Amino acid sequence: MQSAHARRPRPVIALDRIRKVYGQGEAEVRALDGVSLTIERGEFVAIVGASGSGKSTMMNIIGCLDAPTSGRYFMDGIETGELDEYQLAQIRNRKIGFVFQSFNLIPRTRAVDNVAMPLAYRKVHRRERHALALEALDAVGLSARAGHLPSQLSGGQQQRVAIARALVTEPVLLLADEPTGALDTHSSEEILDLFGMLHARGRTIVMITHEPDVAARAERVVRMQDGQVIADTGTATAQAAYHAAGGTR
Amino acid sequence: MIAEAIRFALSGISANKMRSVLTTLGIVIGISAVITLLAVGAGTSNMIKDQIGKLGTNVLTVNRAISTGGRTTGGSATGTRTRTTNLTLADQQALQDPVLAPDIATTAPVVQTQSVTAALGSSTHSIASTLGTSPSYFGITNFTIAAGRLIDDADAGQPVVVLGNSVAADLATNVSTLVGQTVSLNGQNFTVAGVLAAKGTSGLNDPDDVAMVPYATAQDKFSGYSPSLSSIQVQAKSADVMTEAQNEIQQILDARHQVTSTNRDYQVRNQAQVLSTATTTTQTLTILLSAVAGISLLVGGIGVMNIMLVTVTERTREIGIRKAIGATRGNIVMQFLVESLIISILGGIVGILIGFGASSFTIAGIRPEVQWWTVWLSVAVSAGIGLVFGIYPANKAAKLRPIDALRYE
Repeated sequence: MQSAHARRPRPVIALDRIRKVYGQGEAEVRALDGVSLTIERGEFVAIVGASGSGKSTMMNIIGCLDAPTSGRYFMDGIETGELDEYQLAQIRNRKIGFVFQSFNLIPRTRAVDNVAMPLAYRKVHRRERHALALEALDAVGLSARAGHLPSQLSGGQQQRVAIARALVTEPVLLLADEPTGALDTHSSEEILDLFGMLHARGRTIVMITHEPDVAARAERVVRMQDGQVIADTGTATAQAAYHAAGGTR
Repeated sequence: MIAEAIRFALSGISANKMRSVLTTLGIVIGISAVITLLAVGAGTSNMIKDQIGKLGTNVLTVNRAISTGGRTTGGSATGTRTRTTNLTLADQQALQDPVLAPDIATTAPVVQTQSVTAALGSSTHSIASTLGTSPSYFGITNFTIAAGRLIDDADAGQPVVVLGNSVAADLATNVSTLVGQTVSLNGQNFTVAGVLAAKGTSGLNDPDDVAMVPYATAQDKFSGYSPSLSSIQVQAKSADVMTEAQNEIQQILDARHQVTSTNRDYQVRNQAQVLSTATTTTQTLTILLSAVAGISLLVGGIGVMNIMLVTVTERTREIGIRKAIGATRGNIVMQFLVESLIISILGGIVGILIGFGASSFTIAGIRPEVQWWTVWLSVAVSAGIGLVFGIYPANKAAKLRPIDALRYE
């Protein structure tokens, strides 16, 4: 692993023996128990596992929403353990796009303003923000609904707005937590197609899910149990793809 | 970023319009109460200043002491003034001494008769106070003529009268027609020389319910040839030498009456001083009332904090989302602080408007006058309230951990 690191361009995610422990003594819960994982640029990874397997904790740590108890986490080459709260907010804003199960759009705020919000925290000028937000909505096929409020959109449409919001900052990582968990089959299909298309364009996507058929859409599946990675289908594929491409990626 | 925070805050406020209005109400009541009460206080002290002006400029009044143990009145005026207990015309003239009393400008003797009935045809009026005095009295007490003329030295002993405005108005509809007519005062005929301009009522007593006749005439017609005066009006040369003038009066009269400060048979009063005491009392009352209003403002501020805490709890999830997409602590603090600032400043502005509205009414005979400094103070105080009572909820919001906030249902 270490030698592989040295040869490749910096990975988007590099987890090094990450442990996350909640509680103390008798009540101690090891949510993550020494996880090491590397995700390269352009990968579409599904992290799967039963409830309580540690995949949500994994999502929080990858998303810089929570800090590990021990171990090191490099996000796009930056060691996050050394960052303060302000810098972590900057990382979340610039490097990561979040897609949540319950969409998490700001209520009473138009779709286009929801999409533009990450740019507001980045001090992008209002007019430019608006243009970029419309562009992102267009990319998910929702430019016609730009002026609608979240309450006026269907679940699938809300999730597409959320994806637009995640993409508007051009992040290195799209981090999705059960993105289809609250959607019907048809809408789920649409969202997964959208992910497939984004992946085809070179986006790095990490998707947390417990549904096998959703996970099947990913290129690589990381299976978790009791805070540890018990199976990782895709590492070899990814490496093979890397070599097949002649090491230029 | 501030423009953004204002936009976010406004959408937060408009999301719960009723609640925002009720929260604002606390500030509105507090600010409008403070403004109105301070305006009433200012109106009261203006009224007292007016009264001081009506009393005359730099006036000291010398009265007989009501009782000066052992010295009885009526101690036969044997011609040796030393034994007299009364104020006399000689006392008055002695005060007009440029050497011994350099700070006294002029003086006037006053003989007062109460409840003189004036009659003209079928109209009658009971005059509150009828004064026998000298022409200098009008200048000292700031009385001016509305029709006819004032009494002059040539009138001494003549049956002429100058009527106060209230008296004249009771006797005739057009007061100027009275000039030259003959009215009866306690059944004796007097020619009306002039009618005084109204000073306007000053609350308790009506300064226009008066009539003035020459000093000698009053002795002749009303009080008899007693040499005693009711009082002596003294005008000091300026407001700065009131104390000196008072000392000079006391020196001269002490010598003439052979008394000391311990057994004086007269007293010197500075009416303006009495009223300034009243002003101080009014100010104390105003401050107390404003403090009560200030407490209601404080309660309003706590209301703002309470609602902001509810708002933060209610929007925990939104805070989590914002943090996940890159809002820093500062962004969140700013958003909620601006929201509480808008609520309280809006309340302040409405409170100021209501305060102006309430102050435009006459309250208990007092015309309130809004002080501009209270307006600026109110704006500052309401902004301060927003800041002080908003900072805790805003900080609480900013300190939420994004994962906890996102999990919140």
